Amino acid sequence: MTMTPIAATNDFVIKFANVNGSGSASANEMFAKSIIRMGVPVSPRNIFPSNIQGLPTWYEVRVTEAGWLGRRGGVDLMVAMNPQTWDADLKEIESGGYLFHDNSKPLPKSRFREDVTNISMPLTQISNATYDDPRQRQLFKNIIYVGALSQLLGIEAEVIETLIGQQYKSKAKLLDANIHALHLGRDHAKAHLDPIGLRVRKADNVGDKIFVDGNSAAALGCVYGGATVCAWYPITPSSSLAESYQSYCQKYRVDPETGKNRYAMIQAEDEIASIGIVTGAGWNGARAFTTTSGPGISLMNEFIGLAYFAEIPVTIIDVQRGGPSTGMPTRTQQSDILACAYASHGDTKHVLLLPEDPHECFEFSAQAFDLADRLQTPIFVMTDLDIGMNQRLCAPFAWDDTRNHDRGKVMSAEELESGRDFGRYKDVDGDGIPYRTYPGTHPTKGSYFTRGTSRDPYARYSERGPDYLYNMERLLQKFDTAKALVPQPILRTAKHKASFGAIFYGSTSPAMAEAIEVLEAQDLHLDTLRVRAFPFPEMVRQFVLSHERVFVIEQNRDAQLRSLLINEFDLDPARIVKLLHYDGTPITARFIARAIAEHMRGANVSAHASETVA
Amino acid sequence: MTYITKPKLHHPTLPKNALCHTRRDYEGKISTLCAGCGHDSISAAIIQACWELNVEPHRVAKLSGIGCSSKTPDYFLGQSHGFNTVHGRMPSVLTGANLANRDLLYLGVSGDGDSASIGMGQFVHAMRRGVNMVYIVENNGVYGLTKGQFSATADEGSMSKKGVKNTDSPIDLIGLALQLGATYVARSFSGDKKQLVPLIKGAILHQGAAFLDVISPCVAFNNHAGSTKSYEYVREHNDAVNRLDVIPTREEIQVDYEPGETIEVAQHDGSILRLHKIDPDFTPCDRIAASNYVQKHHALGEVVTGLLYVDPEPSDMHSHLGTVAKPLNELGVGELSPGAGVLERINGGLR
Repeated sequence: MTMTPIAATNDFVIKFANVNGSGSASANEMFAKSIIRMGVPVSPRNIFPSNIQGLPTWYEVRVTEAGWLGRRGGVDLMVAMNPQTWDADLKEIESGGYLFHDNSKPLPKSRFREDVTNISMPLTQISNATYDDPRQRQLFKNIIYVGALSQLLGIEAEVIETLIGQQYKSKAKLLDANIHALHLGRDHAKAHLDPIGLRVRKADNVGDKIFVDGNSAAALGCVYGGATVCAWYPITPSSSLAESYQSYCQKYRVDPETGKNRYAMIQAEDEIASIGIVTGAGWNGARAFTTTSGPGISLMNEFIGLAYFAEIPVTIIDVQRGGPSTGMPTRTQQSDILACAYASHGDTKHVLLLPEDPHECFEFSAQAFDLADRLQTPIFVMTDLDIGMNQRLCAPFAWDDTRNHDRGKVMSAEELESGRDFGRYKDVDGDGIPYRTYPGTHPTKGSYFTRGTSRDPYARYSERGPDYLYNMERLLQKFDTAKALVPQPILRTAKHKASFGAIFYGSTSPAMAEAIEVLEAQDLHLDTLRVRAFPFPEMVRQFVLSHERVFVIEQNRDAQLRSLLINEFDLDPARIVKLLHYDGTPITARFIARAIAEHMRGANVSAHASETVA
Repeated sequence: MTYITKPKLHHPTLPKNALCHTRRDYEGKISTLCAGCGHDSISAAIIQACWELNVEPHRVAKLSGIGCSSKTPDYFLGQSHGFNTVHGRMPSVLTGANLANRDLLYLGVSGDGDSASIGMGQFVHAMRRGVNMVYIVENNGVYGLTKGQFSATADEGSMSKKGVKNTDSPIDLIGLALQLGATYVARSFSGDKKQLVPLIKGAILHQGAAFLDVISPCVAFNNHAGSTKSYEYVREHNDAVNRLDVIPTREEIQVDYEPGETIEVAQHDGSILRLHKIDPDFTPCDRIAASNYVQKHHALGEVVTGLLYVDPEPSDMHSHLGTVAKPLNELGVGELSPGAGVLERINGGLR
């Protein structure tokens, strides 16, 4: 069988198969960063099980000069460092691809593929010959393979040396040892390994972009947004968000004079207490948030209803994962959309923000506190594992120093003193948003009793029908007001007039952008709308109505955003086609383009509009 | 809940406190609880304690869960913000409120169903965090609002009004509070105002987690023969270990007890708790001894009341967290947002 090895420059996928807890993560990250420093965009993804040590873990790096940051699918070069997953890893390599492996203990020929080029290197032997300490042997083995790969792919040694230098700035001993390991790998590759068809070539396509994970970005957004209280309960994939908030606060929220903290963090006993603490803090005028994932949202439901009905600012960041129940805790999905949009018993609706990447995680998290205070209601930032736990190239964070926090309608002691009428649940501006007072404001005016039961506009307990209706209708009015305050959808119009449209959101964004280009190359044109928040502004309805068919692309089984669209706008389901990808892996451009192309080509033959492609 | 506002008129000769407030200024709406309910006596004791201590009503935040007891914050301190939260979750909401503004006085009112059943988890965690608060459980051993089911504090073997025997062990909230680090722990009886008012005053002045378990008979569902939380039973089995006088800072100390029978505890804020010892074997400054004492007397069928434990130098949640002295809800954008320059540096580190 003849096989042509894949030849590609700045456009390939390399996947590292490792064992959890072997120290590979930082070596792999250094590899990805070195390519970015070469001016070539990369899009890495962690694929890991629910485990701390011993089970398989993968790190997939898409090298993409064009800057496509979605997952591509397929693997051109497998770095197979985990014997447990050897067979499956081998299978995943594209025909013509490459297998990099440790041949310290030779494997029989039957364990290899004929259509894959083997790159064998005695990593363990080299490492063991150089280092005595077992932990060092393991850790430096990782650096040695990074060295060898960098040599094979043409990544400049200085680039990695600089990275190592920055990482071990204050630890000279480690710095030298890492540089040594790097060159062990490079020298071996130069002397013993054949060149391969995959190359990294210097480019200038990264620009001023930053490389950061969504959880850190959202945490930083909370710091800038003025959050002073964080209550949380550890849950994958959101835990690193709370931990990032803590470490940013330790840097930027300590009073330089007193050494005291301008923030308070409670790791609560569960998610119910977390949201309870946030509700109490919001009621008392602090900006407070919790971060969680699906199971936490389920537990918080009663409080979410209280915060909605009693009108208390609350920010909830939901880093979504595969559900239901414990589901796939280390896999990604967009499957909490309905659970959050309509969370809690009774008639409730909540504001959802839908960031596409770490840049928007920062932006929307900071904005969530303004919206929560302005609208006096829970605000959900709906990120997911794919954005939250992977570093992603994105636009740099931005902050305008003239920006103030919008604390919303809070009546001051002076206003109360002047005799201004205060009805806690009274709509005085026609936007459905009442005024509130912070506890302790005025000795004789402005106090009220907050409760989850119905009341009149002056917060007096009432079970009268008209009082209840006034309140519920006002809450709807407020929800309507939210439409103009939330991040607006982003419309992209096709080059040619299009009768098809596509709606998508969140982490689907990079795959969608690439899919559109793939489709255009096939002369298939469609307009797209990226929705960035719920409630949907009117233009979303117009978008659906102005197209014959609209695809809604989501990463869940039940087409949850599509349900929201149909339900909120009373739309004909037949014109909204669902395209669903929900196996826990991030959606790809290949999947989207194929599914849309099939539909568009088959559209003349009257197909079932709501057929699922999964 | 009530929609009836009490008439504001009162007799011109009513005594006033240092803030020129009469007791009436500390009242709330008219109670809708049953006539004779122990909870109303506790509300009256709270009013008395706040009035005597010159507490500014609007500087109090009163929070509760759900149940008969949790309705009571509407019936006192009408000028305070109140929050009737969800069942069993008052402790977390109070914790959050306290984090937002450490300068207010936090008064949590709960019941035995609210704190010992559905909210047991939150109760214990608020205690171990040392939230600076007065946490009162109005303990009647029964679910009143749903008409007479046992609560988790009902004694084993006690009978319900419908003749059902409780076969489960009771949860002892005092024991839990002592074990989990509450720094002021007391038990009292709603029918003993003389003991209860000073205990509440001591708790208000205490700068840490103060817990009061107040036996409060339910006249509708738990005041019959066979109940161990009835007026009659508690009066017969009450073992008061001490009587408390609370002397706020700066007040002249007057000695009116025989030496040897009283002990004084100076709290961190300078106030003095003067205990008139009834039981010479009991000293309320030893967590373990207090626990043993309560357990021993419980086994004898006695309800120990009084100040059971106080740590005169308590630490609270804010000191654990090292938060700034200024309330977090007063910090502005300048103190909270690190600014564009810092962000540019952060961006630089991510390239």
